[in-house]
This record gives sequence, C-alpha cells and structure tokens, in this order.
Amino acid sequence: MAVDGYLAALRREGRIVIVGASLAGLRAAETLREEGFTGSLTLIGDEPYEPYDRPPLSKQVLLGRTTAEHTALPRYEALDAQWRLGVAATGLDMSAKRVRLADGDEVEYDRLLIATGVRARPWFHPQEAELDGVCVLRTRDDAAALHRRLATGPRRVLVIGAGFTGSEIASACRARELPVTVVERGAAPLVGALGKVVGEVAAALQRAHGVDLRCGVMVTGLEGDPAGRLRYAHLSDGSTVDTDLAVICLGATRNTEWLTGSGLAAGPRGIACDAGCRAFDVRGIVTDDVFVAGDVARSPHPLFGYQFLSLEHWGNAVAQARTAAHNMVSSSAERRPHLWVPAFWSAQFGVNIKSVGVPSMGEQVLVAQGSLAERRFTGVYGYQGRVIAAVTFDQTKWLEFYERLIESAAPFPPPFRTVDRRVEGLEPVDAGFPDPSLPTHGPTVTVSGYSPVDRRITFTPARA
Amino acid sequence: MRLVVDLNRCQGYAQCAFLAPDVFTLYGDEALLYDPHADEAQREHVLRAARACPVQAIAVDERVEEEGARHGG
Repeated sequence: MAVDGYLAALRREGRIVIVGASLAGLRAAETLREEGFTGSLTLIGDEPYEPYDRPPLSKQVLLGRTTAEHTALPRYEALDAQWRLGVAATGLDMSAKRVRLADGDEVEYDRLLIATGVRARPWFHPQEAELDGVCVLRTRDDAAALHRRLATGPRRVLVIGAGFTGSEIASACRARELPVTVVERGAAPLVGALGKVVGEVAAALQRAHGVDLRCGVMVTGLEGDPAGRLRYAHLSDGSTVDTDLAVICLGATRNTEWLTGSGLAAGPRGIACDAGCRAFDVRGIVTDDVFVAGDVARSPHPLFGYQFLSLEHWGNAVAQARTAAHNMVSSSAERRPHLWVPAFWSAQFGVNIKSVGVPSMGEQVLVAQGSLAERRFTGVYGYQGRVIAAVTFDQTKWLEFYERLIESAAPFPPPFRTVDRRVEGLEPVDAGFPDPSLPTHGPTVTVSGYSPVDRRITFTPARA
Repeated sequence: MRLVVDLNRCQGYAQCAFLAPDVFTLYGDEALLYDPHADEAQREHVLRAARACPVQAIAVDERVEEEGARHGG
C-alpha cells in the first residue's frame, strides 16, 4: 500500500529531472506527460538550443537544403517543463537525489533520467586539433560551422574516418563538387558497422563519385601554416595531403564524465542499465530512481545473447526514452523491457543504406537479393546458425521481412533460395569484420618528456 | 512549421514527394531528403503528405508554444 501510495504521489506531484535535452530527453518528457505525470519536469541541456534533430546535420544541412538552425524537433504537446538550457550537469549526488549544474545551482529529483548522449571524439593531438580548418560534426553549431566552410570552397576536404558520418560528409562534398580525400584505417568504409564485403560496395560507391579514398591508412599528423591554418595532413604510408579543411570522424565518446564518483556504473562505454532502463550502480545493483536512455545507455538485449548493447541510433533513442519514461512512473509489475530491434539508415551518394539487427555480430553474410555489383542488394548476416541482421542498399522495402526473421531467430542461411536467383546469392561468405581485439578508434599515442614544456605526444601507427 | 520523418519507417514510396515537392525530395532512387522547417505556407501540402504516407512516417508539430526557446532557468 505504501509503495502504491508513493507511486500515486510521484505521478501527481513528484519531481522528475531529465539530464540531456536532445531527442531522447524530449521524447521521454512527452511520454511522461502522456502517461499522466502531472508533477514538475525539468530538462537540463548543455547546448543553448531546444531539442533538435541530428541526422539532417550531415545530410540536408551540408547539402544546403536547410540550415542547422532549422532542425528543431516538432512538438506534440505543451510539456509544461522547466528548461535549463545552455548549462551542463556537472555532478550527481544519488543519496541526496540532487543534480549539480555548471552554474552552481542544484536540482533535486525524485526520479532522474540520464540521456546525455555522446560527443564527437576529438583529434588525438590537442594542438593540431586547434588548427583553423580542423573540425568535427556532432552538434548544430558544428554543422553550421562546417557548412560555412564548405561554402567558401576549400581546396580539398580531408575526411578522417569513413564510418557513416564521414561517408555522408564526403558525399555532401562531392555533391558540392568539392575535391575530397577520405582516409580510413580499416579495409573499407563502413567496415566496422557492416563488414568488408558490404564495405567494398561502399568503397566502389565513393570512388565512382570521385572520392579519393585511401583505406588501410591513417593520418599521423596535421600541419598548419605559421598563421595556424591547416595546410597538410601526413599519412602513415608516407604520403601528404594538401588540405585546408579536415573533418575528424572518428566516432563518439560518451558523456559520462560528470558522473565520475557518483557511484553509478558509468564510464567510457556508457552507463549500464537493465532492460527496464534502470541504471546500475558500481556494485552491480540496479537503482530504483535513476534511469538511462539513448546513446549513453548500455542495456542487455535478449535477442542478442543478453549482450549489453550501446546503440547510437535515432530509433533507439526514441524507443528507449519512451520505455524509460513509462517505467519511471509505473509499478514494477507494469514496467516494460526495452526490446527494440536495432535499426539505422544512412543516405550517401544517392544510395539509401538501411540496416536491422546487429550486423557486427555476423560471422557470415549472404546476398539474398539483388547484386553487390549493382549496389542494390539485401545482405543477410548469420551468427551461430541464425539470422542476426540484414542490410539493404536501395532495397528498403525488404527490410521488414528480415526484421521478422531476426525476431523469430530464423535459421541462417535462410531456408529459401534467393528471390531473384543470382549466383552470388547462394553462398554465405565471411562477413569480414575487423578483429575485435585490434583497436578501432584512436591511434596509439606515447607521451614522453618530463617537465610540462618538454612533454611530447608521438603518434605510433598500430601494426596491421 | 516543423516536421520530422522517421526514416527507419520510410520505405521510399515517395507519396510525399508528389504531394509536397517543395518539402520532400528523393535523393537517388529511394532515400528521402526533407526540409525539417518547412514554410508555414506549405502546411496543407505537408499535412496531406503526412496523411498519405503508407507507413505513417511523417510527424508534424501541432503549433504548440515554443517554450523551449527560452534559455536558462
């Protein structure tokens, strides 16, 4: 009775604080109101903007179809929330149930949702990262700045890292007829997400659109002119790229530093939570009043061996935020698990790339429909005899069918013959994911020198 | 007006590109590019496109107060 009474009071007049005012935070706030929460709702965001949508930043914005300022997310209802925008959360006191803010203020909560997301991983060398012409793309401000630079007609754009963001930026540069060099440490673009078989198709796509693509190579240093403007990039194969604009696309870092010492299980890999979005503390005990959603969360997924998955996906942020919000104001019997099947999309070089499941778990891939050579196909990934993921290049209408196969743990290779009976579709091949024991991000760096002025950072290319 | 398309749902049927061509365009054969901040004059076209979408992937704002524009506490 006491517990029910507490829940009723919480729903009526409790205090819910959401740290992170982007897609996940907004969707959680909306869900809380939809579920009948009438208490106080506070959203805290380090950026000075109301929630905006990030996917257009690397596509429509760079292509000039819209501006970075025009990406604010639509609202479905008045939230009656307190917005603390432009002020970062800097600490959490779980016993006092308080969030500390950068301006010295403190906000008390009865239930807390952490949706602080990720930020772009910066260039490893701080002085080189400061050169004029070295940038990243994650935020609205980043996109506005990058768009301005592209509009001034740089000599050559260097994209460092050919994941989805890097590839989309390269695509936008080519659409603007700018010369672009893409340097990727792996064997092909998108290799970490989709494997080498599919990555080779992405490589052919880039080259067909005039990208100077260099794979199996790393950028070892960025060199500026005396005025501090980027002038050259030096590569691990000894070559040099003449460039005045480098975009660092080396993935993302989770925004968990503010939780250091809080007692939550938060670190570089995110914040661990259960399938109901409740955060774990460092003892491995699940908390009752701290929830997590979006890119910063790591949660176990029953379909994928209960692995703790971190998914930097738009759809995951929406689904997990809704589940977290529901669970925040529900009794334990009414709580729901976050069982979203991972899915993402990318548009690059005029091709629609979409995926469901977890391709990187795949041992083998089979081209079930279409053809790699035509860059229009459906690839199905198998893991321990079952379908674990699928990817389509311009065949999105088939994806839902494969999603059902993943959900029902259908056998791999699938029992049906290929739909359009192409020869290469009959045999699964090794999917070609990089060895997970090799680091995929961040070059090896050694630090030498004793006094602060002598300290040097040296880049050491990893052995292939 | 603000809008967002759930591109996980979108299957490139392109009904929106016919009904509101100033807001939705196809990029290649099936990828969709849209203006997330369409001109208010486009509202009728966009609402028609949202209704016609076979997978109901288009979400449009409902003219709520832009409370989030206020900064700070």
